[in-house]
Amino acid sequence: MADENKELKMPDMNYAKDEIIRISGVNPRKCMRCGKCSATCPAYDEMEYHPHQFVYMVETGEIEPLLKSKSLYKCLSCFACIDRCPRGVEPEKLVEAVRLTVERQQGNDHFTPDSLAEFYDDDMPQQAIVSAFRKYRK
Amino acid sequence: MQVNNDTEKDYKPLIVAFCCNWCSYAGADLAGNNRLSYPADVKIIRVPCSGRLNPLFVLRAFQRGADGVIICGCHPGDCHYTTGNYYTRRRMALLFSMLDYLGIERERTKVAWISAAEGQRFAETMNEFTSQVASLGKNKRLEDLRCKN
Amino acid sequence: MQRIGVFVCHCGTNIAGTVDVSQVAEALSHEPGVVYSKDYTYMCSATGQGMLKDAIRDYNLTGVVICSCSPRMHENTFRKAAEQAGLNPFMLEIANIREQCSWVHKDMAIGTAKAIVLGRAAVAKVNLNAPLTSGETAVTKRALVIGGGIAGIQTALDIADAGFPVDIVEKKPTIGGKMAQLDKTFPTLDCAACILTPKMVEAQQNENITIYSYSEVEDVKGFVGNFDVKIRRKARYVDETKCTGCGLCTEKCPMKKVPNEFNLGMDSRHAVYIPFAQAVPKVATIDPNYCLKLKSGKCGLCSKVCSVGAIDYTQKDEIIEEKYGAIVVATGYNPISLDKFDEFAYSKSKDVISSLELERLMNAAGPTGGTLLRPSDGTHPHTVVFVQCVGSRCEANAEKGKEYCSKICCMYTAKHAMLIRDKYPDTDVYVFYIDVRTPGKNFDEFYRRAVEQYGVHYIKGMVGKVTPEDGKLKVQASDLLDNRQLKIDADMVVLAAAIEPDKSARPLATMLTASMDTNDFFTEAHPKLRPVESPTAGVFLSGVCQGPKDIPETVAQAGAAASKAIGLLCKDKLKNNACVAESNEMMCNGCSQCEKVCAYGAITYVDKEFRMPDRTTQVRRVASVNPAVCQGCGACASACPSGAMDLKGFKNDQILAEVDALCR
Repeated sequence: MADENKELKMPDMNYAKDEIIRISGVNPRKCMRCGKCSATCPAYDEMEYHPHQFVYMVETGEIEPLLKSKSLYKCLSCFACIDRCPRGVEPEKLVEAVRLTVERQQGNDHFTPDSLAEFYDDDMPQQAIVSAFRKYRK
Repeated sequence: MQVNNDTEKDYKPLIVAFCCNWCSYAGADLAGNNRLSYPADVKIIRVPCSGRLNPLFVLRAFQRGADGVIICGCHPGDCHYTTGNYYTRRRMALLFSMLDYLGIERERTKVAWISAAEGQRFAETMNEFTSQVASLGKNKRLEDLRCKN
Repeated sequence: MQRIGVFVCHCGTNIAGTVDVSQVAEALSHEPGVVYSKDYTYMCSATGQGMLKDAIRDYNLTGVVICSCSPRMHENTFRKAAEQAGLNPFMLEIANIREQCSWVHKDMAIGTAKAIVLGRAAVAKVNLNAPLTSGETAVTKRALVIGGGIAGIQTALDIADAGFPVDIVEKKPTIGGKMAQLDKTFPTLDCAACILTPKMVEAQQNENITIYSYSEVEDVKGFVGNFDVKIRRKARYVDETKCTGCGLCTEKCPMKKVPNEFNLGMDSRHAVYIPFAQAVPKVATIDPNYCLKLKSGKCGLCSKVCSVGAIDYTQKDEIIEEKYGAIVVATGYNPISLDKFDEFAYSKSKDVISSLELERLMNAAGPTGGTLLRPSDGTHPHTVVFVQCVGSRCEANAEKGKEYCSKICCMYTAKHAMLIRDKYPDTDVYVFYIDVRTPGKNFDEFYRRAVEQYGVHYIKGMVGKVTPEDGKLKVQASDLLDNRQLKIDADMVVLAAAIEPDKSARPLATMLTASMDTNDFFTEAHPKLRPVESPTAGVFLSGVCQGPKDIPETVAQAGAAASKAIGLLCKDKLKNNACVAESNEMMCNGCSQCEKVCAYGAITYVDKEFRMPDRTTQVRRVASVNPAVCQGCGACASACPSGAMDLKGFKNDQILAEVDALCR
């Protein structure tokens, strides 16, 4: 993966918020801030921003810290938050949408041939390498 | 000859809504209380029960140039007069099929059940029905030109 | 030709904000029959009504159109004013330009145009109005209260105190309802039984009150002042008049393993039982699902030990028919089923209980004799976790749970937490909340006392998961203020389950033709101004059947419903609906269509003599409407093939005139 200290190219934040809401189909305003998503999250301790914060931050438009956060890749997509949310907010879909927004951003070169060496081992299928380049070499 | 396109563009359907006093009229009031907007093309006539609806009223509306007619009553089983809406359901099914035969499309007519607590549903139903009627354009089939001044 | 006056109300800016009222008044002044047209700020004010009366006198008006709020709001107000000025009240019509115009449209031009059209339709109708007079019917001076909880008991006591006979129909073997199951009541912590049971006894001893316990309403016919009700008295296999409630039968009954519903299944009772010590009526009931004698014909022990011979295995359900003037609905509530809440392990662990179950566990007459013990192993719990809003405040149409706030949970949870800390100071109590809602007299003080004085840990957040493990309950929750995830090893978890209307309410509403909202709570005639009346005349609402409420509110509403019912029963005669059907005998062909569709049996056929043009007499069969029974639905008028039947106030030509005016 790309160097952690490298500045990511960021989309326009207002546009990003609308995009995230559009891609996810989630209405963050439905949230009543009960915190059941974070109470139920198995990856809670790994995350810098917790599920309920994701919802709140998207609603208030604080997208940039989310895009940079490692929390995006800690979410297990187990859907527990979606299942338990009493208001039907679906926090995981927001996490997924933010993740997609980062991935779809052009020119970030998340993955370069130089960084291949640290991941590569004999068991890695070629297919995975090809698709990793396709997905992250943007 | 100059073709006037404006009339088509500004076309506003005329919709007559018959609402029963106990459920749907109250539902319409609730929509008002909650400021849920729907097109002004919908004009409501209050009747005691949807069962009061003589098919003649619907025919007259189309004859006088209405573009759509919607009849709203209590949900089946909830009629204030116990059975009025059942009669309407059957009566209107026959009437609408006859109107269809006369060239009044099915989309111009509707029976909807809206309770006194369903202001949201009232507004949604009216929005939906109005756009449905508007997409069909003006009702020319049954309009009686003799009725026009 | 009518002389019509038009009055356009501004309703402050409610109407005038989106409708050009002076333009409406101007436009309507040119309508046929209109001789006077004016707009005014508040038509419903004393000045506005005075204006209306003056205009009726000064201009000799024969009809009035008021363009204002919904007729459901002020039709009566204006009709009364018109009557005072000497005009027949039915010569007044309302054009609804607030709820159905100014409030739903934003644009001034569009709103004004629509208001004019609506006003025009009303003028067209009034042009064809005729003066109507209402008939009168007598009122049956007896009230029915459906449901024998605190709401029903209080309503019945208040009506009985006013001197009217009241019947309480309760489906359980005893009255008392949910309150009888409670231990203490917030915010005063008085014992529920101590304040309820005297009322139950009072109800039983009041000579104006008849209690039909173990009974259900089977059928309701009729209308305000004259309801005909069928009540099914379920067979309890015990003669109520003979049973003394000594309890000997219960002691001897060999069938001991029947889940005790009064203690929510946490212990067992016998097949012949008295629900609890203070039950009213204190009469045994045999549960036919468990009684050996009734199931297999063997046993009969109870009848052998009964010294008064009250046991009767051959008893059958009995239907009684009674007439009532007023009906009060007090069907109450139940906690929702928690079976679907897998995350809280309610069906997996016995130590995860509902608040009502905790109520029984804390009660001296409960399964543990009032000692708080874990249902699984009978040990004393050291850590108790309360979860609020279980099934309340969910999204609309949620698969499990309700959209509304159940209102009572915040307070009873504070009560439970406080009582546990008071009795067992070594127990840690955590309450997970989304919001603590304590509007009410001394409510917030009570909640603060739980925190400050009793040291209950209130944590803003929600429990996400409860896992039973090694006899403990692993609770995983979030602490939103501290932004961390908590893991607590609890001994007991208490779920504040949402409440829902009793299942019997929906079929009852259908019988009463009373309307309900989407949650099956009964709707009020007006949410603010008529909160204890159903839109169906003569039907009143008491307690949680109308919406979640606590005991003081329930008692207040019960009293209000009683006073409304008393107001009705006090009248000797009731004014009937003036808008009744009427048959034109000259046009009637005697086909019986109208008679068939009439839901009230108001139409009969009579043979009548008619003078024919050739001076002969001819006997013809024609429809005749009983105006005292007719409710004015108009079903007959639309069924009549010859156009003989018509509905006064909503005549065919009136509605056609409205249609014409709208389409003009």
